[in-house]
Amino acid sequence: MSARSRSVALAVAWRGVRLTFTTPALILPMLTFPLFFLAAFAGGISGIERAPGFDFASGYTAFVFVFVLLQSAAFGGVFTGFGIARDFESGFARRLMLAAPRRAAILAGYALSGLARAAATMAVATAAALVGGMQVGGGGVDLFGMYALAFLVNVAATLWAAGVAMRLRTLQAGPLMQVPVFLVLLLAPVYVPLDLLAGWVHALAQVNPMTVLLKAGRGLISGAPADVALAFAIAAALIAAFAAWARGGLRSAEASGA
Amino acid sequence: MSAAPLAHSGLLVRRSILRVARQPANIAFAFAFPLLLLAVNAGGLDAATALPGFPSGSYLTFALAVPFIQGGLFAALTSGQGLGQDIESGFLKRLALTPLTRSSLLAGQLAGSLALGTFQAAVFLAVGLSASAGFAAGIAGVPVLLALSIVITLGFSSVGALVALRTGSGEAVQGMFPLFFVFLFLSSMAMPRDLIQHDWFRTIATYNPVSYLLEAIRSLLISGWDAEALALGFGCAAGIAVLGVTGAALSLRTRMVRT
Repeated sequence: MSARSRSVALAVAWRGVRLTFTTPALILPMLTFPLFFLAAFAGGISGIERAPGFDFASGYTAFVFVFVLLQSAAFGGVFTGFGIARDFESGFARRLMLAAPRRAAILAGYALSGLARAAATMAVATAAALVGGMQVGGGGVDLFGMYALAFLVNVAATLWAAGVAMRLRTLQAGPLMQVPVFLVLLLAPVYVPLDLLAGWVHALAQVNPMTVLLKAGRGLISGAPADVALAFAIAAALIAAFAAWARGGLRSAEASGA
Repeated sequence: MSAAPLAHSGLLVRRSILRVARQPANIAFAFAFPLLLLAVNAGGLDAATALPGFPSGSYLTFALAVPFIQGGLFAALTSGQGLGQDIESGFLKRLALTPLTRSSLLAGQLAGSLALGTFQAAVFLAVGLSASAGFAAGIAGVPVLLALSIVITLGFSSVGALVALRTGSGEAVQGMFPLFFVFLFLSSMAMPRDLIQHDWFRTIATYNPVSYLLEAIRSLLISGWDAEALALGFGCAAGIAVLGVTGAALSLRTRMVRT
């Protein structure tokens, strides 16, 4: 990345971060929803860990925390997509595209701001889970791997949402960014391990890439890594696919003169 | 009520129902979202039925109560947004120039969401039964379940209308929607209260009226006729409705000041 591209990316990222962290309407839902889900799942459903066949050494709070972590990362990306759509609606993105020498740097800037959002949300969720008595069995390297996986999920989700936002250029496209991510998250082993899922949810979860990411994350937090290489490979493949999707969106926005 | 207010109310009822019916996207969402969550949770939490003391052998039957409450929440959104739009567009101010009574207006505004709520309840019950969910109360329980759904819908819709009247904005009603969902999630939605492990969560669920709405519906599905559960469910739903309707009526008096 050239110096000019880097300066564009950093400027876009800084604007996104500043806007997010100084606007209560943006920061509050982003920080409170993961906490709410953590409380609702770890508090309300934890009794299910006594079900026959449920075996997770670090306890139910850690089990659902990994889901909340990946969900926060994914929705951090979706919220970044909302910001891009808002910039197109307000006309800011048009001015930005006129000013930037390399427009891919704009995309990189949005992705960086998405990472910053995700970092804040994940930090708050982690603090809440630890206060709530979460047991961590994994060591430093394991935890680094778990957070790295979450950041990769965030980048993939940002690129997905950016592709939608740049093609449709309206906030009304919000459900189109959000619903597929929501479905992929929901149709994974959210509450119990894969083996305890029943019916069609089990069948879908078996082929859902999020299942592998969750399994790897849960293995890392409990200090018993499983399918880690496969999870990182899947995350990398998702990023590659959605990067192409986002570049296509950028070309669409350029062609429309938006 | 004399004939004129009834006729006025009838016109607004018709308008309210048509407005709901003319938004297929909202209707589809109001049906698809609760049924999707039901399907996912029925598969995802089926293992809970193996817990000692779990009241049913089918998690689908246990979870079938949830869409009825979610239907009420969507009804709240529908009525609140509709009223908010009427305030924003100035329609309510024009109505204030007519001899229309406030009670007619409120009844008319709530009718559309009540119709949607009733239809939702019938569909959720039909889908649940066709998916082999149990219904222990038998055929006599169907009208009781529908009646409870209507009172729940009335309660939530009136709260939606109250928010719209207090804020004058459909967007504000939408903003309240996540808060409604907080009440649902912090209840006995996913587990019976006696199987909730954490004391703090069980305490919140015990003070949360949504738990009693769920447990009343569940009693019809799982245990048959449980007078205490039904009384608590109808009582909580009626309490919410009385508070909501009274609050909305008082707010409407301020909103429709005839100058």
